[in-house]
Amino acid sequence: MTHCSGQAEVRRWPCQHQLEQRPPTGRFIRLLLLLLVAACLPGSPTRAFEIEAERLFGNPGAATRIRVLSTTDIAVFAPVLDGFIAARPDIAVSYVVASSQEVFTAIDREKASFDVVISSAMDLQMKLANDGRARPLPDGILAGRPAWARWRDTLVAVAQEPAVLLIAREALDGGLPVPRSRRDVIALLRDHADRFRGRIGTYDPKVSGAGYLFATQDARLSETFWRLAEVMGRLDTKLYCCSANMIEAMLSGELLLAYNVLGSYSRKDDLYRDKIILVEPEDFTVTLLRTALIPQEAQRPAEGGAFLAYLLSPAGQSLVLEAAGLPLIDPRVYAEKPHLRPIRLDPGLLAQLDSLTRQGFLDEWQAAMDQP
Amino acid sequence: MTTARIAPSLRRRLVIRLLAIAGILAVILFVAVRFSAETASETTLDAVLGVATASIADDLRSGESGARVSLPPETFSMLAAMGEERVFYRILIGETTLTGYADLPLPRDTPTAVAPVFYSRTYREADLRLAAVSRNLIIDGLPVTALVIVGQTREGQRVIAQHLANRAALLGLLVFLLAIPASLVAATSLLRPLDRLAEAMTRRGPRDLRPVRHPVPEELAPLIGALNSFIARLKSTLAQTETFIAEAAHHIRTPLATLRSEVELALRLAKDEPMRQRLRRLLRTVDEGSRSAGQLLDHATVLYRAEQQAFARVDLGQLARGLVDRYRTTADLKDIRLHLDKPAGLLVVSGDAVLLEAALRNLIDNAIKYSSEESDIHITLSATAEIATFRCLDQGRGLDGAVADDLRVRFQRGSNVEDVVGSGLGLTIVAEAVEAMGGSFRLEARPSGGTAAILSLPLAPAELRTSDQTSGPVALTAQDTP
Repeated sequence: MTHCSGQAEVRRWPCQHQLEQRPPTGRFIRLLLLLLVAACLPGSPTRAFEIEAERLFGNPGAATRIRVLSTTDIAVFAPVLDGFIAARPDIAVSYVVASSQEVFTAIDREKASFDVVISSAMDLQMKLANDGRARPLPDGILAGRPAWARWRDTLVAVAQEPAVLLIAREALDGGLPVPRSRRDVIALLRDHADRFRGRIGTYDPKVSGAGYLFATQDARLSETFWRLAEVMGRLDTKLYCCSANMIEAMLSGELLLAYNVLGSYSRKDDLYRDKIILVEPEDFTVTLLRTALIPQEAQRPAEGGAFLAYLLSPAGQSLVLEAAGLPLIDPRVYAEKPHLRPIRLDPGLLAQLDSLTRQGFLDEWQAAMDQP
Repeated sequence: MTTARIAPSLRRRLVIRLLAIAGILAVILFVAVRFSAETASETTLDAVLGVATASIADDLRSGESGARVSLPPETFSMLAAMGEERVFYRILIGETTLTGYADLPLPRDTPTAVAPVFYSRTYREADLRLAAVSRNLIIDGLPVTALVIVGQTREGQRVIAQHLANRAALLGLLVFLLAIPASLVAATSLLRPLDRLAEAMTRRGPRDLRPVRHPVPEELAPLIGALNSFIARLKSTLAQTETFIAEAAHHIRTPLATLRSEVELALRLAKDEPMRQRLRRLLRTVDEGSRSAGQLLDHATVLYRAEQQAFARVDLGQLARGLVDRYRTTADLKDIRLHLDKPAGLLVVSGDAVLLEAALRNLIDNAIKYSSEESDIHITLSATAEIATFRCLDQGRGLDGAVADDLRVRFQRGSNVEDVVGSGLGLTIVAEAVEAMGGSFRLEARPSGGTAAILSLPLAPAELRTSDQTSGPVALTAQDTP
């Protein structure tokens, strides 16, 4: 059954393709086509999940078109997509960006037909895979992948992103040392409470999936997290939905310290290097894995697999590193930076995704934030 | 000789049955290992799953707004650790799903707080093993029952159980393969007594009617018993027949002797030439009958002694010398010259002196009988490493194209013997006597006319040793001419 939702151009295409591929040779085929058209028509006006952006890469007349649903901005991912369509001119990529929650909704409830789903929300991706919403990946993609960068044969990590600490150079005026760990940050904030009051930012775990993931991982890994949360709460910490907003606030001078920012976005812009110091906390730096899967409703799972294979190939990975600024999936990274802690890609993530557990954690968090 | 109908070979039947047993055992091993591996790992994994479920149930507590729980990520990680399993859970308060997968199947039995209920269901296209634990809570002052269900796939366990079972199957197959040569060896060794018995029976001479004394397994004892009783009956029948023939021959010989003397007397008294002619013919017929009776007696003796197989060491040279001396008178009547060539030493063979004497006597007698007057008969003895050979060469009428084997049949005589008295038993006696002693006998026509009767006998073991020491055939050094 052809599922025809999504953007106008995308929607039109599969139906057209079906017509071309199967010339009506009999009454039965005609009846089938009628049914297909009928199925296409009511699907178009409603779309329950919200998309943020969409762009078609490659030749619009290419023989095959795959649909990629991702949480990564088009600008960040464009070089990788350009690289892929250069390597496979026969495939065009329709790249749709949505928030991680919307991505999950699209696949889990809407059963939208995407061929590849890439998301930074590991827990939601894990839930999709665990609940049987993902197809087994084609052979060869998982070969040579480290065990921590994949789960079963359905989920594979395509990039990793450390959650880092950003600190403005002006915050260290007076020869203050650069904090190297959470303990240093706590000491810095306590000793210079007036300087930092109202000028600290972090993810709002209630709003941001990544923020919740980082907070729960921090809490799992160390008790210092709650002390830090209390200190930040006392200093009227501002909560943000996204890393980009935090970086903007840092650049504008509104913030002096941003905690748990996705590092990849920070490294892209050389301009703020003068203003901002990037710190990977040495006690531990939580590393998020950007994961990809092929959903059950994929129309072109083979081509989707080809796209993933390219993404994981040396050529694709070097583009991910250089152009998109995302660190590679490479065990050597951990040898050089032993403080990096990749979030474990296993059903343990499901526990934190549980609504009651989440509520309990957020209550704790709120209590830490709302300091008298 | 008729061959018995051949049923499938015992060895093949044994091998097939043993192989079938080995095959069945291999399959049983595979199934048993598969089953026990699965059971063992399921018990272990159930225990882990039960504890995990119970620990989540323990964490359930009353909060300000209903029940609260904090799911431990580590527990979920552990449940999923073996083979990257999928994990599902559901927490109910009463009938209402508090959190988790609202459609996760419920257990049939109601669990208690101490004993989890385990069950298997298919959920979201996965085979799940689930554990359910119930717990009582007080929420808003009212007691409620909470039910915690945790399910996991068991693919890793299945893979390990399959792996173990495969190894067991491989082992079973190996045992099966080893069973092939083993069962062959077993079948061969089981059938060895039978083979030995068959070999012993084959080795027996045609007249060997001793009971089978060969050691046989218990299972073959009835067969051997039946065989022995059959042999005994056969032997007694044969003995009766031979005794009857000997008695008959003996009883005929005496009246024939009387008849002969009466005919001789009548011949002397008869004046009338036609009458004398008739009486001479009668005398000749009586001689023939008397000779036949003698031969029949001889033959019976040979048969009897052949059966006794009472062999001793006999010097062939001395025996031949005695016979030649005895027949010299008879030969002289026809002006036949008897020559004996024999080696200097002893020529000891293993045999029955009476049988041997009968054989040699018949050969010499035949040679004289069928030789014309004024001819030579050469009797030579020789020996190679293992065989002693007796040759009797005459210049008589020869075989006239008759096949030697035919002449050995009882009462069969050559086609050129009408003027000579004979019974047709002579060569039969020779052949039977020689065969009883493990030797061989043949008749050949000599190129120069006449017949060569050649008789070979194995040398006695002591003689064998002697000739081994002298290395090579015994040389014919001494000439012994009359």
